[in-house]
Parts: sequence; structure tokens; C-alpha cells
Amino acid sequence: MQVVQLLISGIAQGCIYGLIALGFVLIYKATETVSFAQGDLMMLGAFLGLALMTVLGFPFWIAVPSAIGAMALFGLVAERIVIRPILGQPAFSIVMLTFGIGYVVRGAITMIPGIGTETYTLPVPYKDQIVHVGALVLNIEQMVVIGATAALCALLFALFRYSRVGIAMQAASQNQLAAYYMGIPVQRLNGLVWALAAAVAAIAGLLLAPVTFVHANLGFIGLKAFPAAVVGGFGSLPGAIVGGLIIGVVESLAGFYLPEGFKDVAAYVVVLIMLMVKPNGLFGENLRKKV
Amino acid sequence: MRFIYKTRYDQDINLAKHGGHKFWYSLLMVALLTAPWWLEAYGLAQLTFILIYGIVGLGLMLLAGFTGLFSLGHAAFLGVGAYTQAVLAAQGWPFPLSIAAAAALSAAVGAIVGLPALRVKGIYLGIATLAFGFIVEEVLARWESVTGGNSGKMVGSMQAFGWVVDSSEKFYFVCLAITVLCTLAVLNLLRSPTGRAFVAIRDSEISAQSMGIHLARYKTMSFAISAALAGIGGALYAHMIRFLSPDQFNIIQSIDLLLMVVIGGLGSVHGAFFGAAFIIGMPQAISALKDFLPEAIAQAPGLKSVIYGLVLILFVLFEPLGLYGRWFKIRTWFQLFPFYRKGLFKRQKAYQKSDRLK
Repeated sequence: MQVVQLLISGIAQGCIYGLIALGFVLIYKATETVSFAQGDLMMLGAFLGLALMTVLGFPFWIAVPSAIGAMALFGLVAERIVIRPILGQPAFSIVMLTFGIGYVVRGAITMIPGIGTETYTLPVPYKDQIVHVGALVLNIEQMVVIGATAALCALLFALFRYSRVGIAMQAASQNQLAAYYMGIPVQRLNGLVWALAAAVAAIAGLLLAPVTFVHANLGFIGLKAFPAAVVGGFGSLPGAIVGGLIIGVVESLAGFYLPEGFKDVAAYVVVLIMLMVKPNGLFGENLRKKV
Repeated sequence: MRFIYKTRYDQDINLAKHGGHKFWYSLLMVALLTAPWWLEAYGLAQLTFILIYGIVGLGLMLLAGFTGLFSLGHAAFLGVGAYTQAVLAAQGWPFPLSIAAAAALSAAVGAIVGLPALRVKGIYLGIATLAFGFIVEEVLARWESVTGGNSGKMVGSMQAFGWVVDSSEKFYFVCLAITVLCTLAVLNLLRSPTGRAFVAIRDSEISAQSMGIHLARYKTMSFAISAALAGIGGALYAHMIRFLSPDQFNIIQSIDLLLMVVIGGLGSVHGAFFGAAFIIGMPQAISALKDFLPEAIAQAPGLKSVIYGLVLILFVLFEPLGLYGRWFKIRTWFQLFPFYRKGLFKRQKAYQKSDRLK
């Protein structure tokens, strides 16, 4: 029973990693850059939800969609102002740029008087509820995380499979130039991808907030999502979720069975082993560059 | 305007290209050598920090700026160097030996990290080094018998063969000597075949390989040398800061180091020192700025990170070669006077090199 309990909490944590990793992968597939700001966007989403609920007094069901929508807008604007002007420059510059965005977001939060320097709990309707199933004690918050991730994955799957925009995004991510020749507005799509990634990050933040606390350094969880993305293979959307689950479960089991300290580095040990054994990840495509 | 008329092949690889170089760098050297007499104690401490960070920056510059491999875990090498020095100094090793040992150990660790670099590239390498950085930080925190764990470790004064570096002036001169040696070593490396191989790998791995450059060997070498320089910097850092704790070598420090070389200017030795001066000088500038800002903003703990982030964004957007690029433009303006044209450094339209071409 204990193993099942650990597995469930690991899966719930893994879903969060997976969702953040999903943001990395979305951006990577579209623009071949890695956004180190993803964790900080997640933090911003959680703070936005918090502010809408506590300061403005929105009910839960209005606050969540508006926080997600606002973050999507933020992603769109950030792409337009900061990322688009230097597209085409070496990837390293863009990576540093996302570091810069992360720094600014993290610092700016602390400047809002009375909010940024404290830690909060997000007042959600399902806070601290527990269900007993047989000998298992299920935490509703964790169940919501798992359920919402599954629903979001289904939604994204449908988006990429059936909608025009989704198919255009796939085309652009496979070959930008060819997609452009086919009349797909690649630049506008890239903006949409950033919006989508920011929205997914906001969802992750809102799901994570009830489980832990909301504070300015929440974004550092994003650094654990990198191993998730790599384990899954950096260019694969299902891989991101699977990678997240693997990292979450390994971390949860390591925290229980291994000596203290292993929990924090378990994710990194897994990713180093993965890079040695199968550098392209579980679902990664094995492409070779030719001259 | 200066025109160098070359009559010997040596002139292509001389460190000082012309009399102007000799004059200005001699002047800089004189200024640095006399610094303890014209700087007060606080300024001298800041200058020492700039030298130490400059050494670390040189290492990272060699890796990121000249070999094109970027490391998100460089603070780990700094940490390995610092703790090695702390442990050996406590056992009474003379400092030239212990610094050499710190450099060697860091280099060994760097070579181990460099091994996955042979199989992975780009962002995967970044994540491998990130993961490695976290693991080293955790080891430093848990290996309490050696590192003192999270409660930290005190570091005594440097000493060698009865000579104790007990004043900040003496320590400054030790740092200055080591910095000059390291800088000359890096400059010399960069004009040697090895350095040229690094640059070739940065510009195109495939063409470097077809020119007969052993990618695996040179990438590992670059990692090892870079880590060794970080280790030397770490050893000096240990004595400067006098108290080591694992959280000084965390991911934030790694990102700060990366920020340092990017703002300084990737791909230039000057950039390492410009970046170090920026990293050390910025907190002073920010605290001077605080008086002019509203209370709520000035007191926010995140002010520093907002300013760092903004500066980083602005540099990447408008001055990709960093402070060195700005300096280079100003210098060129004077050299070419009155022939400087506006579009001289206009950014070329570049197309992204894709890593996943089929």
C-alpha cells in the first residue's frame, strides 16, 4: 500500500514537471530555442491566480481561466517584443534572453508592495480534502493535478491532431521554410506557441500552488522540469509528460527508500544516466546533421 | 589612423600588435601594481574580487566564448577549487602547491563532465552540466566530514614556506600575479594550434572535424582547462571570502557567471574582465541608485535581479558582443577618425543554423 501511496504522490508531482516540460518542448519544437523563463512564468501564473482570488475577490472558476488567459497574453507580448527581434541569431543569445526574462519576472514580483516577499497558500475549493479508498488515503489536491494534466493532454492532442492551427504548428515545427512557402504565417504561429507555453505554465502554477506555497522562488521547480524534458526526448510532447512522470516517481521513491539528500538530486542523476545511455531521450527523434 | 606594415610572420601572432598595445597595457600594469597606494581598502577589496572573477570568467570564456560549449554548472568547478584549497590550506600546504592541486582536481572533474559533452550537444550539454552542478552542490552539503556541510567552513590565511599572506595588500598582489599568469596562459593558448582548434569547433563542428581536429579530445581539453581556471579562481575566492558554504556554489552563481561572460562579450579575453567588473560594480551602482527610487521599489529584494535581467536583455538585443563590443566600437572610432562610417558594425542578417536538419 505504501508503494501505491508513494507512486500516487510521485505521479502528481511528475504531472507538474511534465506540464512545465511541455512548455519547453512546445517552444523548442517551434523555434528551436530553450526557454529558461518557463519556471518563472509558472510562478507568475500562480501569483496572478492568487491576486485575482484574494485581492480582487474573483470566484475560483473565473479567476483560473482569467489567470491562464492573462498569462497567454503575456507570452504573446514577450515573444513579440523580446524574442522576435533576435530570431536567427545564435541559439545561445536567445537562451540568455530567456534567462533575462526569468530574472526580470522573478525580481518584479518582489516589487509589488505587500505581495512578493511573502509566501501564500492558494485558496482553492478543494483544499485539504482527503478521500479514503480502501487502505489508500487520497489527497484531493493531488487527484486534481493528475486529472487536470490528463484533460490538458487530451486537449492538446486534439488541438494538434484536428485543428487547423495545430496542424500548421506541426508543419512549422517540422520545417519552417517549407511551411512558410505553403502560406503558413510562421512568425504569428511562433507567437501563438509562446502564448500556449505560457498558458500551460500558468496551469502548472495554479495546480502546484495548493500543494506547496506560492512564493517568488517557486520558479526554481522549473529547473527540475529540464531533466523531465530530456528524459522524454526534447522534441516530443508525449515524451515531456512521460519524462515528468518518471522524474516525479523516481524522486518520490528516492525520498522514501534512499538516505536523505538523494531526493533532491535524483532527477539529475536520472538525466545524467539518460544522457549517457540514450542521449536523444525515450521518444526523441534520432536526426543527424549532414553537410 | 594606424596602418601596420607587416614585415615578419611573427607579427601575426605577437601578443602586442603594435606600440600602442605595449604602451597602454604597460600603463594598465603600472596602475594595477600601484593600486594599493591610490585605492582605499574597500576599493582594493573590490579590485581583488574583479581579478578573481576575471580568472573564473577567463575559464568560462574559453569554454563558452571560444569553444562554443556552454556550461550551466560552472559554479561547481569554482566550488571544487574553493573546498580543495580550504582543506589543503588547513593541512598546511604552501599555497602554490595547494592552488595547483585545486586546479588539477577541478580539471579532472571538468574532464569527467566533458565526457558526456562528446555525445550530446547544444542544450543537452547545458542540461548535463546543470545536473552535474546540482549534484556537486549536494555533495558539498552532505560530505560534512570534509566540507563542514551547510554550517560552512572557515578558511585561514594563505601561507607558503613561512611567508604568510596576512594583509589585504599582500593578497591583492598574489591575486594580481596569478591573474596575469592565467591571462598570458590563455592568450598564448589561443594563438596556438589548440586554441585555433577550439575556435574551429565553435564555428563549425563538421568542418573542424573534416580538417582533422579530434573533436572528443579538444572538447574534453577545453572543459578541463576551463574547469582548472575556475578551480584557481575558486581557490583564491576561498581566501577572499574566508567562509565557504555550499549555497555559494549553486545554480544562481552558475547563471551569474554565464551572465558575466555574456555581458562582458562572448569571444574576447577582454570580455571576461569587463564582465567581472560589471558583476562586482553593479551592486554598488544599484545601491547608489536606490536613493533616487521610490521606497517600495528601492527596498524590494528583487531589484538586483530585475536590473540584471534588463541589462542582459538589452545587451543581447542591442549589443551582442557585450561591453567588449561597445569598447571595440569606441576604439575603432578613434582609430579610424575621421573615417568611421555609421553602418560599419551593422548586424548581418543571419539565419539560424538548425541542429535538426535532415
